[in-house]
Amino acid sequence: MMRSVRGRRAVNRAMTALCGLALLIALVPLASLLWLVVSRGLAGLSFDFFTALPAPVGEQGGGVGNAIAGTLYIVGIACLIGVPLGVGAGVYLAERGESRLGDAIRFTAEVLSGVPSIVVGIVAYGLVVLPMRSFSAIAGGVALSVLMVPTLARSTEELVRLVPQSLREASLALGVSQWRTSLKVVLRTALGGIVTAILLAVARAAGETAPLLFTSLNNQYWNWRAGEPTASLTVQIFNYAVAPYKDWHDKAWSAALVLLLLIGTLSLAGRLLSRNRFR
Amino acid sequence: MESPSSLPASDLTLAAGEPGRAPEAAPARVNLPDRAWAVLLTALGLGVLLVAAVIVGELWRIGAPAISHTGLKDFVTRSTWDPTRDIFGAAPYIYGTLVTSAVALVIALPISIGLALFLTEMAPPSVRSVVTFPIALLAGIPSVVYGLWGLFVLVPVLRNRAEPFLQRTLGFLPLFQGAPIGLGYLAAGVILAIMILPTITSISIEVLQTVPGSLREAALALGATRWEAIRLAVVPYARAGIVGATMLGLGRALGETMAVTMLIGNSPTIRASLFAPGYSLPAVIANEFAEATGALHTGALAALGLLLFAVTVLLNVVARLLVRLSRRGPARVRA
Amino acid sequence: MTAKIEVQGLNAWFRNTQALRNVSLTVPQNTVLAIIGPSGCGKSTFVRCINRMHELVPGARQSGRVLVDGQDLHARRVDPVDLRRRVGMVFQRPNPFPTMSIFDNVVSGLKLNGIRDDHAALVENSLRQAALWEEVKDRLHQSALSLSGGQQQRLCIARALAIEPEVLLMDEPASALDPIATAKIEELIHELRETLTLVIVTHNMQQAARVSDSTAFFYLGELIEQGPTEQIFTNPREPRTEDYVTGKFG
Repeated sequence: MMRSVRGRRAVNRAMTALCGLALLIALVPLASLLWLVVSRGLAGLSFDFFTALPAPVGEQGGGVGNAIAGTLYIVGIACLIGVPLGVGAGVYLAERGESRLGDAIRFTAEVLSGVPSIVVGIVAYGLVVLPMRSFSAIAGGVALSVLMVPTLARSTEELVRLVPQSLREASLALGVSQWRTSLKVVLRTALGGIVTAILLAVARAAGETAPLLFTSLNNQYWNWRAGEPTASLTVQIFNYAVAPYKDWHDKAWSAALVLLLLIGTLSLAGRLLSRNRFR
Repeated sequence: MESPSSLPASDLTLAAGEPGRAPEAAPARVNLPDRAWAVLLTALGLGVLLVAAVIVGELWRIGAPAISHTGLKDFVTRSTWDPTRDIFGAAPYIYGTLVTSAVALVIALPISIGLALFLTEMAPPSVRSVVTFPIALLAGIPSVVYGLWGLFVLVPVLRNRAEPFLQRTLGFLPLFQGAPIGLGYLAAGVILAIMILPTITSISIEVLQTVPGSLREAALALGATRWEAIRLAVVPYARAGIVGATMLGLGRALGETMAVTMLIGNSPTIRASLFAPGYSLPAVIANEFAEATGALHTGALAALGLLLFAVTVLLNVVARLLVRLSRRGPARVRA
Repeated sequence: MTAKIEVQGLNAWFRNTQALRNVSLTVPQNTVLAIIGPSGCGKSTFVRCINRMHELVPGARQSGRVLVDGQDLHARRVDPVDLRRRVGMVFQRPNPFPTMSIFDNVVSGLKLNGIRDDHAALVENSLRQAALWEEVKDRLHQSALSLSGGQQQRLCIARALAIEPEVLLMDEPASALDPIATAKIEELIHELRETLTLVIVTHNMQQAARVSDSTAFFYLGELIEQGPTEQIFTNPREPRTEDYVTGKFG
């Protein structure tokens, strides 16, 4: 007694339909979110919004100028620490990492990439905020830099490994020293990819909120002093969103739109760069 | 100073085009800049290890006093959290973290795997390359923006439509009883599901793509339908890797902070109903850390962070091992 | 003898590349047809048209008719799933299901088709047909991967035989095997001829000469010549056939 082929075909069709349904279900929240951020946020965008300080409660107008600047500032500090460390570790792993030590480092980087960002915030608090007795942009930068290191290390290692050995040899055969070869020949070849990786890491860091909540805290004013609390887009969105005032909710949507535009631009720039490399 | 152009030609006999590390220079002739470069690179590599050590060290330094004050068992099982009286019971936060992550998995897992199967096995390759873009988009949206959307879109839908519906149909279960306010375990669970979906899907796709085509063909040649070939040949092969993908998704869910904080209701209680407000480990840290009253309070929060760290690291390690094992295929050779 | 398989004017394409040109041949019931020719001549594509596996490749097309027992395989009534049960296939590289035991591998086709008769007896029967029973009867529940390459290939043959096909297509079944395993497979083909019709693709001419009743020589997607095996190898009509079988190219 055989199962009918028609029945099996029906099961096949049903499962295919279910899996196709999964695709639709997955796309609905994305579509809704993007649509709402744009439709609710666009109205609030203005030159003022990008450049002005936040207005006090009840007052109209104001903007997130300091928050945008703050995000760029804190992420900039994060890059100063995270990029040399991450890219350097990646170069190390690619050039001298075939050892037990290298394996340990690689493994640690992988594990680090799974650490929740809020935990990293606690660490930055202990390392920077406590000794300085103050919330600061540096503390925020330190927290974000830790988050950047694992992905940068892994991407850089992969990219440097892709550089053909023949290029290295040609340089060494010409009498160029090891370090110059690594720097000028290998890294220059991999540079495009590394810049992409950095841009993507920056985009991710710019979207972080949790670690900033108790490192850089927030600030209603412009701040360029590294040792003082600093505003950031993400924390500002959070504050606007959970507040009981309707017009602050609207500002939250607008600020979210600005954040998505910022992250989108960085990611796009990164991907365009890597595409151009292969022309 | 020694001339740098002193490498013997015999050292350069490696195959051209082979990626890997640079040939080692003959040790006796390495000059100072090269040595400095090597030292610098090694230091940066070690820096990664240092970062990991510092993380563990700091968490322990700040958190240990709070744990020893309360005792580990009480810390984890008691449910009263009163910083003003130095009482720290983390049970509600652990409970909330587990419940929301479980809800997230239950929702995300079938959708992710269905999506991954659809893209790798059922849809034409052009669909896959088009759809990877929105999935990457989903993965790149910041947590706080998810929270914003959740607050003003998801919560009203849950409060006005979904939760009453669930109560009408499944209200006999304690899970779906109680007043639907929208915020709570279910809201947090749903937003987590949306956030971990790209993770589980993209890793599952990677894993499914390593299944050898010959296995699929073997099943089809026996007269299997496409779904039967998937069940017979593809999924068993990829099973370990898919489990790994799920664990990585779970790890992300456990550590997610902002979206959960905004949707979970921030109530340090343990309730059976999914409609009830609750709290999670990352959420309480986010809400209380900046204004913690005293070193013990800060320490207790840091101890929560340490707990979170330990669990996510463990999950991560096991998960990546599984994904790596699965890539090599289930080669179990017995005597 | 009735023609089990009849191919009329078969053309096959992979997107814009034509892999088969106007191929026509017949295979009588209970005979073995060997298909020979240099790499890339379309041998594999040809057999894959007989069990409708060719159409599974994205961008693949075909035209012309393939008939099994006088029935057009592409007729509306014909379900490819059902067809592939009647026309079985063994591949070049053994591909047992790695997560299953030997027993489960053989049974997999039966389970698929919902055949609930005594599995143990059917498994023994198939393994005996594939000349593997004696070697594995004491370890049926061990992993399929614990077998050697030759044994795995015979396991795949047993798996294909378990669902009792009428035709068995073998795409270079012994090319990945050592000489002893190859000899066993050839013996197997000889015996299977009594109950099935077989089409064997091979690049090994001696093998073709040993096992087949008729041989077809393909070159660059065209059927150059088909005839009784002995005639093809000793007295071919076409000069290209002669060049190939005498080793002038290939």
